Amino acid sequence: MTATVPRPSSARRALRDRVMRFAELATTPLLPADYLDMVNPLRSGADLRGRIVAVHPETRDAATLVIRPGADWQPHVPGQWVRIGVDVDGVRMWRAYSLTSHLDRPDGCIAITVKAIPGGKVSHHLVHRTRPGTLVHLDQATGEFVLPSQVPGKALFVTAGSGITPVMGILRNHTGLTDVVVVHSAPTADDVVFGAELRELAAAGRIRLVEQHTDTAGMLDAAAIAALVPDLAERATWACGPVGMLEALEEHWNAAGIADRLFTERFRPTVVVAGEGGTVTFSKTGASLEADGATPILDAAEEAGVLMPSGCRMGICFGCVLPLREGAVRDLRNGEVTTAAPGDGVLIQTCISAAAGACDIDH
Amino acid sequence: MTVLQKKADNPIEHLTPEDIELIGKELDDIRQSVIDTRGENDARYIRKVIDVHRKIELGSRAVLLASGFPPAFVVGTIGLSVAKILENMEIGHNILHGQWDWMRDPKIHSTTWEWDMASPADQWKHSHNEMHHTYTNVVGKDNDLGYGIMRVDEDQPWQPFHLGQPLWSFINACFFEYGIAAYDLELAGTIAKKRTGDPEFRARAKAVLRKIGKQVRKDYVIHPLLSGPNFLPTLAANFTANLVRNLWSNSVILCGHFPEGVETFEKKSIEGETRGEWYLRQMLGSANISGSKAMHIMTGNLSHQIEHHLFPDLPSNRYAEIAPKIRDLFDRYGLNYHTAPLPQQVGSAWHKIIRLSLPNGWLELTNRRNLLQQLAVLYKMTTGSPKVRRTLQRKLTAGVRLTRAAAAA
Repeated sequence: MTATVPRPSSARRALRDRVMRFAELATTPLLPADYLDMVNPLRSGADLRGRIVAVHPETRDAATLVIRPGADWQPHVPGQWVRIGVDVDGVRMWRAYSLTSHLDRPDGCIAITVKAIPGGKVSHHLVHRTRPGTLVHLDQATGEFVLPSQVPGKALFVTAGSGITPVMGILRNHTGLTDVVVVHSAPTADDVVFGAELRELAAAGRIRLVEQHTDTAGMLDAAAIAALVPDLAERATWACGPVGMLEALEEHWNAAGIADRLFTERFRPTVVVAGEGGTVTFSKTGASLEADGATPILDAAEEAGVLMPSGCRMGICFGCVLPLREGAVRDLRNGEVTTAAPGDGVLIQTCISAAAGACDIDH
Repeated sequence: MTVLQKKADNPIEHLTPEDIELIGKELDDIRQSVIDTRGENDARYIRKVIDVHRKIELGSRAVLLASGFPPAFVVGTIGLSVAKILENMEIGHNILHGQWDWMRDPKIHSTTWEWDMASPADQWKHSHNEMHHTYTNVVGKDNDLGYGIMRVDEDQPWQPFHLGQPLWSFINACFFEYGIAAYDLELAGTIAKKRTGDPEFRARAKAVLRKIGKQVRKDYVIHPLLSGPNFLPTLAANFTANLVRNLWSNSVILCGHFPEGVETFEKKSIEGETRGEWYLRQMLGSANISGSKAMHIMTGNLSHQIEHHLFPDLPSNRYAEIAPKIRDLFDRYGLNYHTAPLPQQVGSAWHKIIRLSLPNGWLELTNRRNLLQQLAVLYKMTTGSPKVRRTLQRKLTAGVRLTRAAAAA
C-alpha cells in the first residue's frame, strides 16, 4: 500500500496563505505586503518591481539601464518590450522600452536601452538623471516583434534611431541566424546605438550591416532599400522606427505583394496634441458627448444624462475623481493640461477639467 | 460669537468687492506657485513620514509583546500613541484630502487609502472634504460646528441638553474615532428622522461596523493574543494608545474652528458666493496653532488650519512655507490672523464650549447677588416648553443690551 504524500510546495503555499490571512488581521488597514515592501520589494508575491543596478551610456542621448527584476519576473522572448513605471519629479510615469539583454545573463538581470527624445520627460530622466539603486515598477514583458520558432533562413532588419533596440535584443539572443542584413539609419556614425557591437558583428561576418548617416547622406526611402538589398523579397523583414518610415515600407511591401513578409513595431507616440474641447467618451457606459473647452466635463456629462460622482464641484474635495483612460483635459483653474494614454493610470477631477481634445473616461 | 453678518463690528466691512476679488487672485497665485514647485522633494517627504510611521508602529507593537514588563509597557504605549497620531493626522487626513494624488502612486492615493481608525475613509471623505470644507463655519450647514452634540455659536439655538456639553465633549474626545464614525454615518440624524430602514443607510452602517470590527479585533484581540501571557497589559496599552490619539486629535480639531474670535457665517451669505468670498470665509473661519516643528507634524500641519482651509489639496509640508505670505495678506487687508500657542487655543475652545453650554447672555448677566434668581431662570428654561425658553431668552438678551448700554454710558 502506498501512501500519497502531499507535494511540499502546495502544502507550503497553503500554510503561507493562512499565515498571510492571519497577518492581515494584525496589520489592517494595511496589508502585510506594505510592511514586507519596506524590507524586500523584489520578493516573490510582491507587485512586480525592479531595481536599477547600472546605467551605461551608449551614445550622447542614449543609455542602457540594467535592472534586477523582482522574483516573479518571467523570462522574455527576444524582441519584446516591457512597461516600466518610474517616478520623475515625484510623479509616477509609465513608458514601454524594448528589452535588449541576453536571456542568459549570469546576474539574472534584464536591460533596456533608452534614447532621450526631444521634450521627452521620462526618456530624458532615464538617460541622464537616473542613479543605480532606484526602484522602478514593471509589467511582465509583452509584444509580438519576435522571431518565429522556426528561425528564418534569410532575415532583414530595417531600423532607425531607437528602433535598433528590439533588433539588438533579437541579434544578441538568436546566435543561430545565418543570413542577416541590418539596414540602420541614424544622424551620424556616433549616434548609432550599439554601433561598436554592430560593426563587430559585421566584421565577424555574422551580419551584413548597412549604415545610413542621414545628416550627410539623407534618408533612405523604400526603393533605396530595395536597391541595397536585391533579394529583399526572399527575406523575412522586421522593421522598427518612426511611423513615417514604417508606413513607407508597408506601402512598398504591399505593392510588391509580399506584405506577409514584413513585421513592424511602432513605438507608442508620447505626444498628445491638446486642443479646445472635444468628444468625451465613457468607456464603461458607452456614452459619448461633445464638450467645449470651457465647460467642466462633470457638467457636460450630467447634462447628457450620464450619472457622475460629484462633491463640492469646486475642485477641493476630490469627490468627482475618475480615471482618464486616454486623451487630454485642461484644468479650468490654471490652464494646466493633463494627457493620458492607456495604462498610464491618470485620475482627474471632472468638476474642474474641460476636454482639451478627444478624451475617454473609464466610467 | 454670532455670525459675521450680524455683528456690529463686522471685520470685513472695510473690504470692497474689488478687494475681495484681489485677495482671491493673490491666493490663486500663491496656490499656483506651490503647484509649480511641487516635485521630488515633496514625494520624498510623504514617503519618509510613512516609512517612519510604519517603523515606529512595528517597533512599538514588538516592544509590547513584552508589555508585562513595566518599562516595555511605557515605551510601547508611548510609541504606539505617537504612531497612531502620525498615521491619523499627518498621513491619513492629508492623503485622504487628495494632497498626494498628484504623485499617481496607487498606494498613496485618496481613492485607495484606508486609515487606522473606526470611520471608513470614503464616508469620512464625504462629510469632511465635501461638506465641511465647502460649507466651512456656515451655521446650519457645517455640522462640524458642534458635531450635533454641542453649540459653539450664539446663533445656534440653546437646548437644555447643551448644559451637559462639556461632559459630552469630553466623552466624545475620549472615544473620538467612534464619534467621527457615527457623525460620518449621520447616525443621529437618521435615527431622528426614523430612516434607519433606508437600504443606503444600512449599507453604510454595515461598512462602519465591518471597519470597527477589524479595528477592535486587531487592537484588542490579535495583538494581545500574540503577546501570550501579556494579553491584558497589551490590551491595556492598545486601549491607551487609541485613547491618547483620540484626545490629541480631538484637541487639535477643536483648535481649528472653535477658539474665541473665529468667525461663523449665515446660510444666506453663501448664496452666489464668489471664489474670492469663499477664500475670505476660509481665512476668517479658521484658527492656527503656533509652536515647534514637532508640534506642526504631530498636528498633521492642521496647526496651519488657515492655510489648509485655503488650499486643502496642497501637500501639507508646504503650508509652513506659505504661511508668512498668507499672514502678510491678512495684514495688508486689515484682517485678523488668528494664531496662538496650543494651550491657549485649546483653552479658548473649551472656554467657548463651557460658555455656550448656557443660554446666550446668562453667564454675562449672572453675578453673586442675582445667582439664585438666575439659577431659577435657568431651571425654568431647562424644564419649560420651547415657548417659555424663547420668552426667557428674549429677557436675557434684553438684559444684556441694557447692561452693555449702561456700561458704555
